[in-house]
Amino acid sequence: MDLTPHAASAATTSPLRTPTRPAAISAVGLAKSYGDKVVLDGIDLTIPEGTVFALLGPNGAGKTTTVQILSTLLSASAGQARVAGHDITREPDAVRTAIGVTGQFAALDNLLNARENLLLMADLHHLDRREGRRRATELLRRFDLTEAATKPVATFSGGMRRKLDLAMTLVGDPRIIFLDEPTTGLDPRSRRTMWEIIRSLVADDGVTIFLTTQYLDEADQLADRIAVLDRGKLVAEGTADELKRRMPGGHIRLRFAGLDDLESAAALFGAATPDRDALSLQIPGDGRIPTVRAVLDALDTASLQAESLTVHTPDLDDVFLALTGRPQHEERSPQARRSPDSRMENAR
Amino acid sequence: MSTPSYALRDSMTMLRRNLKHARRYPSMTISIVAMPILMMLLFVYVLGGALGNGIGLPNGADDRSGYINYLAPGIILMAATSGAVATAVSVCTDMTEGIINRFRTMPISRGSVLTGHVVGSVVQTMVSLTLVIAVALAIGFRPHATPLDWIAAIGLLALLTFALTWLAAAMGLVARTVESASNAPMPLTFLPFLGSAFVPPESMPAGIRWFAEYQPFTPINETVRGLLTGTPIGNSGLAALAWCVGLALAGYGWARIALRRHAKR
Repeated sequence: MDLTPHAASAATTSPLRTPTRPAAISAVGLAKSYGDKVVLDGIDLTIPEGTVFALLGPNGAGKTTTVQILSTLLSASAGQARVAGHDITREPDAVRTAIGVTGQFAALDNLLNARENLLLMADLHHLDRREGRRRATELLRRFDLTEAATKPVATFSGGMRRKLDLAMTLVGDPRIIFLDEPTTGLDPRSRRTMWEIIRSLVADDGVTIFLTTQYLDEADQLADRIAVLDRGKLVAEGTADELKRRMPGGHIRLRFAGLDDLESAAALFGAATPDRDALSLQIPGDGRIPTVRAVLDALDTASLQAESLTVHTPDLDDVFLALTGRPQHEERSPQARRSPDSRMENAR
Repeated sequence: MSTPSYALRDSMTMLRRNLKHARRYPSMTISIVAMPILMMLLFVYVLGGALGNGIGLPNGADDRSGYINYLAPGIILMAATSGAVATAVSVCTDMTEGIINRFRTMPISRGSVLTGHVVGSVVQTMVSLTLVIAVALAIGFRPHATPLDWIAAIGLLALLTFALTWLAAAMGLVARTVESASNAPMPLTFLPFLGSAFVPPESMPAGIRWFAEYQPFTPINETVRGLLTGTPIGNSGLAALAWCVGLALAGYGWARIALRRHAKR
């Protein structure tokens, strides 16, 4: 039973899905509940090999639960999933051989140093000693951790811990990597570094990446396809552009020196909304150069001078507003979670 | 993937990891050695004169030096129990930190984490037992035991340590926090007091005496004391063996169940 009418229409299948490539991850009707609390409400996924898939959603949407089920940490209450061609419940060890998981909280051995952490992984992957040492050295170099190799992990910064965590995941040479909020809590620079590493994994090693994030720009930067998860349901799926095109939030904002200019400009652009107090004009549209140029050209032709121009691109808040009819940070009362009636109201 | 050879290999890897932890952060090891040694010094040098006199040592032996021969086996037993705290803490630390989730998403044998902890703790506790015995000898413990007696005594102590370590591992698994994990095995370390370790149970009031006579540590204590100092063992030996095997099986079973439950949490 679908209680959120918008969800059904929003979850359209994109024509860009590539059926030629075999699916690295596929799931049908995956659900998880604890007692009568539904965390994951039947989600379907198909992720082709060698692509990056982003699961986008606010805290508590069910992102981590999805990762934990697909990585064999949790058992699903209902539904099936195959990872690397193996059923997650019937052949968990075959799945584990193919995957690597970097969770939200760095899973390191705090009492060992960075190199020892990597060697521990090598031993557990049953690599021989020389191969293990070779791989540890290579990963330390690749992640710029060579200098810190013999320092205790407990002294590492958040960014270093995250890097080492990912390096540990890579020791086993996984074909499919799960990254649960890989950049949450990182400073902007570490975040960029992480992004570069993730991109190189796909480009150089051809792995499949399943990542979860709260940030639209992160999904936009990294993912081939994005699915939006809200209260345990997928409410939309598509490429970043497809999603953004459906967002009404994008606009160009012009500010004028006086009311006369504002009124004249408002007359130029039909769909624009003038704000007379702020002397600004909001013109709906994407932030692409041709659009901006067309706006500026129209102003020039009318000999109007704008004080400033800002481009507003849709962010996760807009995505949520558009898809669910409520902002993502809206406080949810416990009743709203449980009762279908209040959910309906929220959806409208 | 859980073929026996991998299970062994993974357990060895986990054992090396735990021994590395113990070597690098010896404060836990030191505290499990220091406690029984301090107890021994306290009981010999502060209370030994009075207790030796009180319990009526045979052959008119000097009170203090005679008392250490009575006390040392109990202290050695205590050293075996104090390792349990370290085990519970290290198992719980592993379970509450992220690393256990990483292990669970890897194709490794499920029990290897626990096996590594248990074997590591047994090794650590046996080292601390050796140190405690050395200190006892240094301050006047004079056992008259044959090499065979020693082997039997150490074998029994190793079996006891093994049993207590599985129990402690289970406690570490079910504890929600490291603090509660460190408290859970406390009663184990206290049990030797309520037995024949410090004074003969005959000197205790009826209720406590009854408990002392039937609790596991009394026959174990009597057996170790008999093997090392030649006091009569009687049927304590068999009872001690049965207790150790029973505790080991119970601890192992509990730990297996707790591990499976933990995985589903």
